[in-house]
Amino acid sequence: MGKMTARRPEHQSPPDIFYNEEEAQKYTRNTRIMDVQSQCSVRALELLALPPDQPSILLDLGCGSGLSGEAITEQGHFWVGLDISQAMLDVALERSAEGDMLLSDLGHGVPFRPAMFDGAAQNSACRASAEEARTAAVRQHREQQRQADEQQRRRLLALWERQQTLVENRKREREQAARKSRGSRAVFQFYPESDQQVSLIVKQATKAGFTGGVVVDYPNSTKAKKLYLVLMCGGSAPLPQGLQDEGVPEAAYNRRLQLKKGVRTTAAIREKIRQKKERRMKQGKQVHRDSKYTGRPRSSRF
Amino acid sequence: MKLITHNMLSSKTIKGVVYGYPLIIRASQVLTKDVDFNPEFIQRMIPKLDWSALKFAAKCVGHEEDLPDEPPANMADEDVLKRIHHVVMEVDVVDGFLECPETKRQFPITNGIPNMLLNENDV
Repeated sequence: MGKMTARRPEHQSPPDIFYNEEEAQKYTRNTRIMDVQSQCSVRALELLALPPDQPSILLDLGCGSGLSGEAITEQGHFWVGLDISQAMLDVALERSAEGDMLLSDLGHGVPFRPAMFDGAAQNSACRASAEEARTAAVRQHREQQRQADEQQRRRLLALWERQQTLVENRKREREQAARKSRGSRAVFQFYPESDQQVSLIVKQATKAGFTGGVVVDYPNSTKAKKLYLVLMCGGSAPLPQGLQDEGVPEAAYNRRLQLKKGVRTTAAIREKIRQKKERRMKQGKQVHRDSKYTGRPRSSRF
Repeated sequence: MKLITHNMLSSKTIKGVVYGYPLIIRASQVLTKDVDFNPEFIQRMIPKLDWSALKFAAKCVGHEEDLPDEPPANMADEDVLKRIHHVVMEVDVVDGFLECPETKRQFPITNGIPNMLLNENDV
């Protein structure tokens, strides 16, 4: 990889081509990616705010090798996954993912009838869908880029519109939902490239009739920062709070500073002096006797 | 592909298709896999299922007699729930085709994964 690592996968090639067998394997063997993915999935499930202790049916958009599905299964829900990459789905089969999977292009809409799912989650697949059109255009003229942007917008809109019909509750359920003041939700985790892209995605979602917005976890961290687009239909609810940076606990920080500076405690210094005296005694040298002052720091008067 | 997924699946992403539902299953290999029975989940799914489409799907894969003709009125009947669970969750179409009822377009199923990809000009 080398200098390629800094680049985003969606800039290299469309997802169906980029996630070939080799990449799919890499993706699932990399423990860091696995950690990040499962953390994101758990957080996404949290944001979906499903009714507790009730097995739900969820839609996993861009399910890939079934990493996020595992988190869903663990919480006792059933999932149906969609992905555009055959190789990724093959890995999911290998790992015997519990959900049911389909090979499908999210940009073409989702092939389900309405009001079936209790919620939908998508981890980092948004970017592929949104970027795909743009990738091709980078090499081409501006005019064509504008067309590609248009296509990207259309694809996103198609995706949202499908989404809405999918997670929209039936009337009866909606009444129930209204009582509980929550409807079905869709949560998308994504890595935006620019603020412009965020506003484009949010604008398309609003146009498609969703309420909701972007939840930012760890906004002050470059590494841990994660954006989740939370879309709601069938009754609006306040947007959940993003997680805040916890910061490093002070004690741990001071300890680390001490280690860095090489500052030792009195006990450690005393121990070192004791060892040195012992050594010199063995060599037959005269050593000062131990007293209560041994190894104690001088007072500031000196 | 489980029949619960088939029950939700339509081909209306194809241009010009109005309902595209239910898809015809032309199975060449059907297996049954054990899945943990979760009565609460089945109870929640029954009102969501399109019963006639489910009957149709079960007929396509030769499990028709496992299902009652109507969605059960008594949700507490564990025996009926278990039978529905079997058809909906455990029957797995591993190999074959799904066919759009309107355009007759076929979607191949391999290793239990239906390929629902379309060409740009079909959308």
